[in-house]
Amino acid sequence: MPLAATHTTVPVVVDDAKCIADKGCTVCVDVCPLDVLRISDLTGKAYMAYDECWYCMPCEADCPTGAVKVNIPYLLR
Amino acid sequence: MHHIGTYVLPMPNGETVKKAVYRQLRRARILISNRFMATRLLTSKDGRVAGAIAVNTRTAEFLVLKAKAVILCMGAAGRLGLPTSGYMFGTYENAANSGDGYAMAYHAGAALANLECFQINPLIKDYNGPACAYVAGPFGAYTANNQGSRFIECDYWSGQMMLEFYNELQSGKGPVFLKLNHLHENTISEIEHTLHKVERPTRGLFHEGRNTDYRKEMIEMHISEIGFCSGHSASGVFVDEFARTTVRGLYAAGDMASVPHNYMLGAFTNGSIAGEDAMGFAQENDFAEFDTADVAREKERVLAPTRREDGIPPNQIEYKTRRLVNDYLQPPKVTRKFELGQKRLDEVRDDMNNAMLVQNAHELMRSLEAHSILDCADMAVSASLYRTESRWGLYHLRTDYPEKDNENWFCHTLLRKQDGRMTNEKRAVAPYIVPIADEEKDLYDKQRIRASA
Repeated sequence: MPLAATHTTVPVVVDDAKCIADKGCTVCVDVCPLDVLRISDLTGKAYMAYDECWYCMPCEADCPTGAVKVNIPYLLR
Repeated sequence: MHHIGTYVLPMPNGETVKKAVYRQLRRARILISNRFMATRLLTSKDGRVAGAIAVNTRTAEFLVLKAKAVILCMGAAGRLGLPTSGYMFGTYENAANSGDGYAMAYHAGAALANLECFQINPLIKDYNGPACAYVAGPFGAYTANNQGSRFIECDYWSGQMMLEFYNELQSGKGPVFLKLNHLHENTISEIEHTLHKVERPTRGLFHEGRNTDYRKEMIEMHISEIGFCSGHSASGVFVDEFARTTVRGLYAAGDMASVPHNYMLGAFTNGSIAGEDAMGFAQENDFAEFDTADVAREKERVLAPTRREDGIPPNQIEYKTRRLVNDYLQPPKVTRKFELGQKRLDEVRDDMNNAMLVQNAHELMRSLEAHSILDCADMAVSASLYRTESRWGLYHLRTDYPEKDNENWFCHTLLRKQDGRMTNEKRAVAPYIVPIADEEKDLYDKQRIRASA
């Protein structure tokens, strides 16, 4: 199956400077009802792995360091 | 919520409910297993529920659960139609609710009621969240046309209200808006606080991005895509007053159980009733036997998309299904369109069964959701073609049968799987426990504002 490489915007943005996933935090990943956040093997930080966002906010609300920002997805903004 | 909008009671501390429920669960030491997605129910030869099969959404591990009783509370079918934004997860319902409960109940042989009554909501355009005119209404806000005028008596959601919304658009007086800018600053602040805190918390962010201020602009609304729901609509798995479905030992509660307009309060109440009856049932009955061949068959169905080298990803199967739902099933319902739509959906089903491909557990979860979505689409077609009548405003509107026909259709419809095929039948409406006052009987036929001197 071909992988069409097109860039995309994703609604949830993580500030790596504030993210403590590399210290073992998985809060945003755990609270997402759509299971679209992941911790990167490369950076050790959280990121949005799938553009399947309900812009519902638990990730931003529950992040202990305020590293997560939920934007309205571009297609609806 | 009063049915004709006389009052509404918002839940100012709504966000605390889930935490309170969770504390109770922990106190009672209930075992909670997350990340296991139920895919099919198991039943015995004599049609009793025997348990369920589930798949882990991170590891793809299978779980076979034996149970004396099962309560389904898997939410509405919120990913049936496609939002006009094209963004598949920008849904009104929780986007994780893809109608799996409806599909599971159907395949277990349970009857589903009133699926021809589609959920169609008046939402904030593009954001696709509720405009909540019924919350703002008691404060003096109202639904308005492009001239800023009222056109309906009651802002509370009903098939009739949505039909008037539709009529307003057809007459060129659209779009339809939520109007607050005529209210006092204090009133607007109060409404804004309730809506932005209690409903969807990103609503404020959306309006900010559009530079929409309730004090200055009206909020543009639109007619949503279709779904199945009982929390805010009227269709779901058939249940009796003990939350029992037509399959012994199987219960349903919440948005997926056919208890019209029951909302959260109804979900909790019916859930509680289901729990109590299920406990009694489990005490009186032993486990039912199921066929292990059913488990093997289900594993094959689930894993089929993992066994291909090339194919179509589940997001394209889903997008196409939902786009077809929009094209062919969105009311006003036209028989010819439904027939064409069914053909197109059958072709997608072929592709789903023979060419869908997944490459990780997350995609596997989405592929299973795609199955449920397509099942719900088929059910929407079947039930709609069965009721040869228009009944509850836009939700039912059939151009080939535009009139209400109480003589033949003052009844529920039940859809179920028989010999592997979708069948429909009528079910009589039970006598009303609370009679409807004479002056309320035709209230919904008088929704449009009338000029009076």
